[in-house]
Amino acid sequence: MKRVLSSVVTVVISFCLVAGFSPVSAAKAENIKVGAILAVTGGASFLGGPEARTLEMMVEAINAKGGINGNKIDLIIKDSGANPEKAISFTKQLIEEEKVFAIIGPSTSGETMKIKNIVEEAKMILLSCAAAEVIVNPVAKYVFKTPQKDSHAVQKIYGTMKDLGISKIAVLTGNTGFGNAGKGQLEKIAPEFGIDILASEVYDKKATDLSAVVAKLMANKDIQAVVNWSIVPAQGILAKNMRQAGWDVPLFQSHGFGNIKYVEVGGAAAEGIIFPAGRLLIANSLPEDNPQKQLLVRYLIDYETKYPEDKVSTFGGHAYDALTILVAAIEKVGLDKEKVRDAIENLQGVAGTAGVFNFSPQDHNGLDINSFEMLTVKDGKFAIYHK
Amino acid sequence: MQYLRMTPELFIQYLFAGITYGIIYAIVAIGFNIIYNTTGIINFAQGEFVMLGGMTAITMTAFMPMPLAIAVAVLITMVIGALIEMVFIRWLESPSVLRMIIITIGISILAREAALHTWGESVRALPYFIGNEVTSVTILGAKISPQVLWVIGVCSLMVAGLSLFFKFTSLGREMRACAANRRAATLCGINAKNMVTLSFVLSAGIGAVAGCVMSPITYSDYEMGPNLAIKGFTVAILGGLGNSLAAVAAGLLLGIIEAFSVSVLPLAFQDAIATSILLLILFVRPHGLFGSSEAAGLKEF
Repeated sequence: MKRVLSSVVTVVISFCLVAGFSPVSAAKAENIKVGAILAVTGGASFLGGPEARTLEMMVEAINAKGGINGNKIDLIIKDSGANPEKAISFTKQLIEEEKVFAIIGPSTSGETMKIKNIVEEAKMILLSCAAAEVIVNPVAKYVFKTPQKDSHAVQKIYGTMKDLGISKIAVLTGNTGFGNAGKGQLEKIAPEFGIDILASEVYDKKATDLSAVVAKLMANKDIQAVVNWSIVPAQGILAKNMRQAGWDVPLFQSHGFGNIKYVEVGGAAAEGIIFPAGRLLIANSLPEDNPQKQLLVRYLIDYETKYPEDKVSTFGGHAYDALTILVAAIEKVGLDKEKVRDAIENLQGVAGTAGVFNFSPQDHNGLDINSFEMLTVKDGKFAIYHK
Repeated sequence: MQYLRMTPELFIQYLFAGITYGIIYAIVAIGFNIIYNTTGIINFAQGEFVMLGGMTAITMTAFMPMPLAIAVAVLITMVIGALIEMVFIRWLESPSVLRMIIITIGISILAREAALHTWGESVRALPYFIGNEVTSVTILGAKISPQVLWVIGVCSLMVAGLSLFFKFTSLGREMRACAANRRAATLCGINAKNMVTLSFVLSAGIGAVAGCVMSPITYSDYEMGPNLAIKGFTVAILGGLGNSLAAVAAGLLLGIIEAFSVSVLPLAFQDAIATSILLLILFVRPHGLFGSSEAAGLKEF
């Protein structure tokens, strides 16, 4: 009997092991199959969570209206946990077994770079929700991305620093693909703005305390500002550690800060953080004539009505843009993969959450630097930054 | 390289950072030790107790004042610890060490998945016990969050309390008797199985308390356990398995080395240093810094 029980326990445990990796599949039907590889769990879950929820919400709405030109969408979401190895195997699975029409995601730059060549070889349309510029530079024929470029974010940050008379900075980055790419851009663009990077440190993506490195940087009195580039909760931890140590130089974050949950966990320490982001976070305070306003407010209301426990974030917006672009292209040319690819490349003036997209064969991102707005945190909310 | 110069303030700043990491590692290591002493196994779900304590307390604060929420969370975690032992371990007849270890790894995965489904993927934190995210107190010129003092104070109290418990109460002595020689203890009329359950309850309890006091500083999320378990395991080995005071010394040592390493090496090397120390210790003193090789030789594992 005990033997039986113990094998039951073993089976239960191994089932849980397997369940941890199993995909979250939507209803099956012979429709347009759209795959999505998102970091729903793990360190990048603040990205993948809202992205997955946004896609589910949109697909539900599109199908309720009868689909795209009468074809319903069949959404297959795979949770990669921000793990590049998993992203690779899910990509192969989506291409070879599920035979999807296009893939949305992954959420993170590291994962996207790992699958860039795989989708290119398979001639599979990929609409990445990750930010690093290397995803679309050099251009791969089938790879597009919806978030703003990190080089634009860096230029926006350095521009603000120049206005504030800041020229000597410290750079902190997380050890993820996004962090590494950001570090590269920060170092590359610094000379153009006359900015000196006096210290540069990399922390583990699972770091839970940065007070030691804050002490080290703080001892250098020449540092006038800190730039942090990551997508992990350490964004909030750094803010706390700096303010607790009594270091009050301006703290700049990347566009990876665009989830109000980072502000919530940072609490009072998050006040005054300056970062570039799309206009979604401040949709309600935009002027009426802004081309994005109507769409931003609609997405915001839809999302927060459907998921009352969650607040809208730029990351969910990236998935929104990816599916919007795909749908726009399919509506134009129908269900031919090659034609849809060409159609995406020629889309002009499509308003999305991140900005107004103008694609071209040279630009698979389609956004210019004006898609960024400098934001700050004021009274626990995002607000437009004024000097 | 002017910022490499060590001022007294900077020294204190590093020291406190190190003590904070160190004492948390030590508490996890003590959790390992308590269970190791009564069962001879390493409970790899120890980090999950810390996670459960912190996450439960955060949920409870919505319904009750924080001190009560923490007390309730610790109690709940202790009950979970007892249940885990009763469901997965108690009924096994002289199980092999390997089997028990695999079971604890299974429990840790189970607990993580359960937490993911209960609380979702996002990071949460308890509010600071005193002040908020920017409050700091000045000690010898260095600015430190009061929460750091809470962590150090509460953890020190727990260590002292546990030592007294094991030394001066009959229950504590019975547990130690089981650790020394289980069969002899059973012959003396001690119910060894109950002692094992009790060790899980105690481990879960101290883990949960640590999970609550550290939550404002480090945040809590469903997958914080394994990282803590690895560090705690390093410390337990470093001090010598089974020896709780040695674990405190080893924990502080590791924490302080990690913190000061940042002053000379890039931050990225911090975890490499912990692992290098573990390897070094395993080569040079496999029974730990404070352990005796003779005693280690008598243990099964």
